[in-house]
Amino acid sequence: MAKKKNVKTSVPSPKVLQELHRKMVRIRRFEESAGKMMEDGKIPGALHLYVGQEAVASGVMQHLSNKDWITSTHRGHGHLVAKGGEFKPMFAELFGRSTGYCRGKGGSMHISNMDLGMLGANGIVGGGPPIAMGAAFSNKFKKNKNVSVAFFGDGASNEGSVHEAANMAALYKLPCVFVCENNGYGEYTPQSRHQAIVDVADRASGYGMPGVICDGMDVMAVYEAAGEAIERARKGGGPTLLECKTYRYYDHVGVRGMGLNYRTDEEVEEWKNKDAIEAFEKRLVQLGVMTKKKIENVHNAINKDIEEAIAFANDSPYPLPEELLDNVYNEET
Amino acid sequence: MSEAENKPGRELPYVMAINEGIREVLREQKDAFIAGEDVAIAGSVYGYCTGLLEEFGEDRVVDTPISEKGIMGLGVGASATGCRPIIDLMFMDFVGECMDEIANQMAKMRFMFGGKATLPVTVLTMGGAGGSLAAQHSQSLEAWLAHLPGMKVVMPSDAYDAKGMIISATRDNNPVFVVLNKASLAMTMEVPEGSYEVPLGEACVRTQGKDLTIVAFGRMVHEAIASVEKLKEIGIEAEVIDARSVQPFDTETVVNSIKKTHRALVVHEAVKFGGIGGEISAQIQEEAFDYLDAPVMRVAAPFSPVPFSPALEQIYIPNADSIVAKVKETLAL
Ligand SMILES: Cc1ncc(C[n+]2csc(CCOP(=O)(O)OP(=O)(O)O)c2C)c(N)n1
Ligand SMILES: [Mg+2]
Repeated sequence: MAKKKNVKTSVPSPKVLQELHRKMVRIRRFEESAGKMMEDGKIPGALHLYVGQEAVASGVMQHLSNKDWITSTHRGHGHLVAKGGEFKPMFAELFGRSTGYCRGKGGSMHISNMDLGMLGANGIVGGGPPIAMGAAFSNKFKKNKNVSVAFFGDGASNEGSVHEAANMAALYKLPCVFVCENNGYGEYTPQSRHQAIVDVADRASGYGMPGVICDGMDVMAVYEAAGEAIERARKGGGPTLLECKTYRYYDHVGVRGMGLNYRTDEEVEEWKNKDAIEAFEKRLVQLGVMTKKKIENVHNAINKDIEEAIAFANDSPYPLPEELLDNVYNEET
Repeated sequence: MSEAENKPGRELPYVMAINEGIREVLREQKDAFIAGEDVAIAGSVYGYCTGLLEEFGEDRVVDTPISEKGIMGLGVGASATGCRPIIDLMFMDFVGECMDEIANQMAKMRFMFGGKATLPVTVLTMGGAGGSLAAQHSQSLEAWLAHLPGMKVVMPSDAYDAKGMIISATRDNNPVFVVLNKASLAMTMEVPEGSYEVPLGEACVRTQGKDLTIVAFGRMVHEAIASVEKLKEIGIEAEVIDARSVQPFDTETVVNSIKKTHRALVVHEAVKFGGIGGEISAQIQEEAFDYLDAPVMRVAAPFSPVPFSPALEQIYIPNADSIVAKVKETLAL
C-alpha cells in the first residue's frame, strides 16, 4: 500500500465551492479576532491559533455531518468552526464564561461540541487519534454509516498513541480517517529535527492502510483527497492516512508570526504567498462562481457575526463558584 | 564558592536557578546529559535551558520528538547503563503518557533485579495551576509518584532549593522527580553561585511559631507564609514547615514541631482526596497522637479537574485566605 499524491481531477459544484470558502473565511476571522482578544487580555491561558491551515479543516469537514465524529488538537478552534461551531459560545468559552460551549470549564484547549460531532480539542498531543479510533469502533459496532476523523500534527505523529490507534483502526477495518496536518513544526522544532522521514504518509504502509499526500494550502485538493478517504471509510473499506502539507502563520502559541528565531521570515512569506483563501478567491472569480463583490459580502457578514459574538461573550457571566463541582460525575439516575 | 563570596546578595529568579542547577550538573558530571522536548534549540518552553546547547553541545543537550514514553524510556535505559540523564517532562500532566516507564520500569528495576541495577536518573517536570491552562496542563500529581517504592519526589518551593535540589537529585543514585512549579518561575531570591546541595528528604522550618504547625508543599509554602502575617493579626503564631521532599518524607521535623504546637494543618495544591496530605495526617496521628490538641486538618483543592475559567480557578487553588480560615477552624475560633 504505497503512498500516493493526490491529483485534482474534478471541480466541485458551485454550492460546495461557496461553502468551502465560507468555512475558511469564518475560521480565519475567528482566529484573528481571538488573537486580538488575547492581546487585549480578554482571553486567558494558552491560545494556539489555526491561521494558515484553514483549507485542511474546511476541505475535510465539507464531507461530514453532525453524526460523524472528529477529534481535534490543541489547535482546535478551526476544526470546530468548520464542523459548524457557532461564534458566540466559542468566544464565550475562550473568555471563560458560563455561556461557553463547555461552561467555561474547558477553554481553548478543550473546546468541544458533542452535538456537532466534535469530540474536543485536546491538550495532550496525540490525545485525539485513539479516541477517534474508539468512536469509529462505536460506529462499526452500531452498524451506522458514520465515520470518524482524527486530526493531528506532524509532531503528534511521533506519539505512540497515534501508532496504536492507526494499527487498531487498520486491523479492525474501522471507518476512521487519520488526517495529519503537517505544518513543518512541533512547537519550535522543525520536522527535520523530530523525525527521520519527510512524508508522514510513509508510515501508512506500516499500519496497513493507504497513505495519501495532498497540498494542504489548496482547499479543493483537500476536499477531493478527504472525499475519497471518507467515502472508502463509509463503505467499510477501512482507514486512510491523509497527510496535508500546510503551515501556521502565527507562532506556536499566540499571534506573533514574524521575527521568530526558529524559522525565517522568508519561509513565512513563501507560504503566505500560497495563502489558501487568497488563492481560492481568485479561483472562484476565474470560475465565475463568485464575484469580487459577493466575496466581499461574505467577509462583511462574517465580520459582523464576529463583532456580535465578542459582545455576547463580553456580556456573559462567569461561572458561579458552586458550578465548580458540577460535571465531575454524571449525577442523573 | 569563591565567586559567591565575591558577589553577596546575588538575586536570581526561580527559572534561572533551575538553569544554573542543570548547568552545574553538566559541568561536573561528564556522564550527565539533558533530553526533552524543545530543550536544546528553544532552551525549553519555560526558558530554563537557555544557553545550555551553546555551552554543552548537541550530544549533551538533546531535543527529542514528542514521544514521552520514548523520552522516559531513554532515561531508564541510559541511566541503567552508565549515564546520568536529566529528563525534561514539560508538564507534569504528561506523566500519563509515560507512566509505564516511570512506574513499572524506572521505579522498580533495581528491586526486581535484586539490587543489580542502579538508575541515577533525574526527571524535571512542571506542576501547578494558576494560568488558566485548564485540566491537562495544571495538575499536581506528586502523590501518584510518591506512591511508587523506588522513586524519590521533591518539590522545591523557591529558587535556592530548586538549584540545590536539582544538583542533589542528579548526585543521588536513584530515580528522582523534581517537581517544579510554573507559577513560581519569576520569583526571585538570593541564590549562591557555584555548586551546592539541598538534601533530599529534609524538611525546612520557614517560620517559627507556637500555636500551630502548617506543613506545606511546593508553591503552597508561600501561601502558608503569607497566611502567617494574617494570623499574627488575630494573635496566632503559626510555624510553617516547607516539606520540600515528598518521598522520602521528613516525618521527624514535622513531629518535633507538633510536640511544641500541638496542632497541625497540611496544605497542598493537589486535590484533597488521595493527596499526600492524607498520608501526612496519618503519619502525624501515628507518631504524635499524644501531643495533638486538635484533629489534623487539610487545605487542598476540591475534587474536580482544574477548571479553565479564571473565575473558577481562583477559588479552586488554595491560598492564604483559605489557610487562615482552616487554621481558625482548627483552633475552634
Ligand atoms: C503529550 C504532550 N506532549 C507535549 C505537549 C506540549 N506541546 C503542545 S503542542 C506541541 C507541539 C505539537 O506539534 P504538532 O503535533 O505538529 O501540532 P502543531 O502545534 O504544529 O499544530 C507540544 C510539544 C503536549 N501538550 N502534550
Ligand atoms: Mg506541527
